[in-house]
Amino acid sequence: MNPQFIMDGLVAGAMIGLGAIGVTLTYSILRFANFAHGEFLSWGAYLALAVSGALGFLATGLTRPIAPFSFGWSLPLALVIAIFLTGLLALVLDAVLFARLRSRGSAVIILVMASFGASLALRSLLEFLFTSKPAYYTKALQIAVRLGGGLRATPDQLLSLGVTVVVVVVIHLLLTRTEIGRSMRAVSENPALAGIAGIDVRRVIRFVWFIGAGLACIAGTMTGLLVQIRPYLGHDLLLPLFSAAILGGIGSVPGAMIAGLIVGLSEAGAVQLVGAEWRSAVSFVILVLVLLLRPRGLFGRPA
Amino acid sequence: MSLDLISYAAFFLTMALTYAVMCLGLNIQWGQTGLFNVGIAAFVAIGAYASAILTTPDAPDRLGGFDLPIAIGWLGGALAAGLAAWFVGALTIRLRADYLAIATFGVAVSVQLCVLNIQPLTGGAFGIGFIPRPFNSLAGDPLAFGLANLALMAGLVLGLYLALQHLAKSPWGRVLRAIREDEVAAQALGKRPVRFRLQAFTIGGAIMGLAGAAQGHFIGFIAPDNYLPILTFQVWAMLIVGGSGNNRGAIIGAILVWGIWALSAAAVSACVPPEQQARAAALQIVMIGVGLCLILLLRPRGLIGERRSLLSTRKSHKP
Repeated sequence: MNPQFIMDGLVAGAMIGLGAIGVTLTYSILRFANFAHGEFLSWGAYLALAVSGALGFLATGLTRPIAPFSFGWSLPLALVIAIFLTGLLALVLDAVLFARLRSRGSAVIILVMASFGASLALRSLLEFLFTSKPAYYTKALQIAVRLGGGLRATPDQLLSLGVTVVVVVVIHLLLTRTEIGRSMRAVSENPALAGIAGIDVRRVIRFVWFIGAGLACIAGTMTGLLVQIRPYLGHDLLLPLFSAAILGGIGSVPGAMIAGLIVGLSEAGAVQLVGAEWRSAVSFVILVLVLLLRPRGLFGRPA
Repeated sequence: MSLDLISYAAFFLTMALTYAVMCLGLNIQWGQTGLFNVGIAAFVAIGAYASAILTTPDAPDRLGGFDLPIAIGWLGGALAAGLAAWFVGALTIRLRADYLAIATFGVAVSVQLCVLNIQPLTGGAFGIGFIPRPFNSLAGDPLAFGLANLALMAGLVLGLYLALQHLAKSPWGRVLRAIREDEVAAQALGKRPVRFRLQAFTIGGAIMGLAGAAQGHFIGFIAPDNYLPILTFQVWAMLIVGGSGNNRGAIIGAILVWGIWALSAAAVSACVPPEQQARAAALQIVMIGVGLCLILLLRPRGLIGERRSLLSTRKSHKP
C-alpha cells in the first residue's frame, strides 16, 4: 500500500474536522442536526472566490502568487472577509427561519426539516448564480515536494494543515478559557438553567452560528483551493461531517477534529483498497458502526 | 389531436399517481408517526431495481433477469425496500430523533453509489432497460395503453388509500398517534414506542419501494439519475403541500405539485434559451426549498392537514 494515502487522508480529514466542529457546536447548543451546514462550506468557498476576484480586479498585484504557494494575497484577505460574510449568512438564516420556529416551540424535527429546505434553496441559488461549472481560485500549477518516507505534499496542502492546527487550537482555547466559551458550555448543558444564571442565551446562539459558519467558510475555501469549487462541494461533504460529529461525540470539539481525521484517513485508505468510486460510502459505514457499537461517540456524554 | 391530449393526460396522471404512492408511504412515516426520512429516493430506487432485476428477461451482460411476472416484481420491490427501511430503523429509531434523518441521508448516498457501481447487477450509469410494462399487448394503441395503465395505477392508489385509512383508524393507528402526541403517556399505558415506530417506518419504506417498482414498470426503463436527492425533495414538497397526516391530502398534494413541476419545467424549456436552461432549472429548485420553509413557517398544517389532533385541542385551551 502506497503510504501517500496518509497525506491525502490527513488533508481531507482536516477539512472534514473543521466542518464537523461547526456541526457539533450547533448541534450541542441548538439541539438539531443542521442539514444546511454543508451549504455554509459551499457559500464560504464561493464568497471567498467572489471577494478575491474583486480584490484582484482592484489591485492586480494582489493576485501574484506568494513564493511557494499557488495564490496571491487576494485569497487570504478574501478569506477573512468571507468568514464574516458566511457568519452573517448564518445569522440571517437563523433570524428569518430557525429563531422563528424556536420561539414557536417547534419540535426538533421541524427544525431539521427547515434546515433541509434551506439547504436545497441555498445550494440551488449558488448553482443559479455561479452555474455548476467548477471554478478555481488560481490557475497556477503546483509541484508536490518530497517529505521523506515516500510522502509528498504541495505547499498549499501543508499550509492548509498548518492553518487547521492553529484554528483548532484557537477554538479550543476560546471554548475552555474565555467567558463566552464557558457560557456556551453552560447553555449546551442546560439552556433554561443557564438563562436563569444570567447568561444571555440568544447571544450564545448568535455566537455559535457565527463560529460554525466561519469554520465552514475556512473548510470550504481550503477544499476549493485544494480540489475545486462546485455548488455541490458542501453537499458532498455533509455525510462525512455528520459521521465525524457523531463519531467524535456531539458537543466535543477535540472529538470532532480527531473523528474528522479518522474519516478522512479511512476514505483515503478505502480509495487505495477498494477503489475511488466507493469513497463516499466510507462515512456511511463509519456512521452505521458508531450507531451500532457506541451511539454516544468517542468523547460524547451518554444521552 | 384530442386523442393525443387524452393519452398525454393519462400519462401525466399515471406519473402523478406513482408519486402519490410514495407520498402515502411518507405519510405513514412522517404524517402519522413523526419519523423524518431524507432518503426517500433510496427506498424508491431499491424497489425499482429489485423489481426490474426480478422481471426483466435474461440478459448476457448482467446478472439477474429472472423473467418473473410483474406482480412478483411489485411484491419483491416492496419487500426489498421494506427490509432496507427495517434495517435503518432498527439501527437508529431508539436513538435521537435526528439520527434517523442523518442515517437515511447516508442510505440515499450509498444506494446511489451502489446502483452506479455494481454494474453486473444494476447496469451502472446506463440503468436497466426492457422492463416489462403492464398491458404491453395494447402498446399499439397509445390511448388504450395509457388508459389501462392509468386504471391500474388508480386502482393501486385507491387500494392503498383504503388500506391506510383502515390502518389509521385501527387500534394500531391510534397507538401511533398517541406515541407521536405524548410518548410518555403512551408508554405508561404499556405501548412500546420503539416497536411501533419501527413498524410504521418499515411499512412506509415498503410502500415507497412499491411506488418505485410501479413507476419502473410503467416507464419501462430505470437509471440512477431518476433517484437523485431531488426526488426526495419533490415527495416532501407534495406531502407538506397536501398536509401531513392526511392520506387524501398526500394524494392531492402529489398531483398538484407534480402538475406545477411539469408545467414550470415545460415553461422553462419553452421560454428560456438553451444555454440558460440549467440555471432556470436551479431557480426552480430554489423555489421548492423556499416554499418548504415558507409552509413550515406560515401554514405548518399544509393545505388540508390532519383533522384536529389531541395536541392541538390541548394547546388551544392554553391562555
